[in-house]
Amino acid sequence: MDWSFIQKFAPMYVEAAVLTVTIGVIGILLAVVIGLVCALVKYYRIPVARQIVAVYIELSRNTPLIVQLFFLYFGLPKAGILLSSEACGIIGLAFLGGSYMAESFLSGLRSVGKVQLESAESLGLRRGQVMRYIVIPQAASVSVPALAANVIFLLKETSVFSAVSLADLMYVAKDLIGMYYNTGEALTMLVAAYLVIILPISIVFSVLERRMRRAGN
Amino acid sequence: MNMAEHIIDINHLVKRFGDNIILNDLSLSVSKGEVVVLIGPSGCGKSTLLRCLNGLEPIQGGTVMLHGEPVEHGKASLYNIRQKIGMVFQSYDLFPHMTVLKNITLSPLKVQNRSREEVTENAMALLKRVGLEDKANSYPSELSGGQKQRVAIVRSLIMNPDIMLLDEITAALDPEMVHEVLNVVLGLANSGTTMMIVTHEMAFAEAVADRVVFLDGGVIVEEGAPKEFFHDPKTERAQRFLKTFTYSR
Repeated sequence: MDWSFIQKFAPMYVEAAVLTVTIGVIGILLAVVIGLVCALVKYYRIPVARQIVAVYIELSRNTPLIVQLFFLYFGLPKAGILLSSEACGIIGLAFLGGSYMAESFLSGLRSVGKVQLESAESLGLRRGQVMRYIVIPQAASVSVPALAANVIFLLKETSVFSAVSLADLMYVAKDLIGMYYNTGEALTMLVAAYLVIILPISIVFSVLERRMRRAGN
Repeated sequence: MNMAEHIIDINHLVKRFGDNIILNDLSLSVSKGEVVVLIGPSGCGKSTLLRCLNGLEPIQGGTVMLHGEPVEHGKASLYNIRQKIGMVFQSYDLFPHMTVLKNITLSPLKVQNRSREEVTENAMALLKRVGLEDKANSYPSELSGGQKQRVAIVRSLIMNPDIMLLDEITAALDPEMVHEVLNVVLGLANSGTTMMIVTHEMAFAEAVADRVVFLDGGVIVEEGAPKEFFHDPKTERAQRFLKTFTYSR
């Protein structure tokens, strides 16, 4: 292991990691918003919107992220829409993640039984109050594990961003290998960088899950 | 007590599920302080009737009135009407993520905007009345079925409803717990609470009812004072139904 190489290029990894995390976080937050909206549309069976959501979910879940990115980065310019690599990354991640988030939220919402809703209603609670006090707290304990899995899945998916010239971790590693042939060092740092980003998130979520499970029953 | 004052007026109620007629041109009134027990074979429409009274089901004909106000499924006015109707379901329907006290105080706080102090005091007094004051901070999962149903009764009572609707509240309970729940209901009846009760506990029905209504095929087949109904039923269908509760070899 060439330590001087690692020392020399570690800052590049840090920079790339910051970019990966930034785009990952923005994309995932957007995915959560899209997912919530889609889940509510399906939960309340809102006409028309429901069909649109169904098409979106099938499209999003059944195509690979790299294909979605290629469409955004190489396809849209043909139609006169030019997007930066960063924008493509964020939009791609939000588009892919939204459908996964929607399914997780929906499974949570649907886990709250009909009798729960009817008892809440018969106590005079309004629709919004039923959602806020009865459905969401119970749905959360079902949704959080799935959400956590999605967040980690999406962060890992960012590794294909280099395909649209985004200087993320994968991009830096490939670059260094191409230039210096220090494959061992470059890949070790790559693995380490992903672990540094994802392990803490994974730990935080498992603590959260344990706490919710306790509160859930 | 003015027995002529009607709390509930059901006029020519029709309820269908698709082509299935569940309630067929049914009319019934409940006066203030009266305890009406609905009995009948399963599928006769008694639970559906209670659900219509609370606006949980859309109806296809006739009217349901609470104090002269129409109860209409899906209407905004329903929110106000429901505060005056307490309902307890067969399955234990407490909110599992809240303590007993929070289960009880949620709607008086959020729907009636009463003060936390007054509501808490009221809740504790009611819990004491059903013998569960030491369970205020327990979660539903820590209670027995009978205790859960007593809490569910308190949760409805605290809203000071004009009428309580009890839908087979002991049907899912172990036999030794039925008694403790029905005793609470008897206590309510004695203190003048207006109630409409669906039950399969015939001895309890006889003890608690001011009037028994026997439903079959979506219509009222027979109604009357409990003593007459249980010991000298007039209609053949009621006789046949009551026979299914007696055993001899």
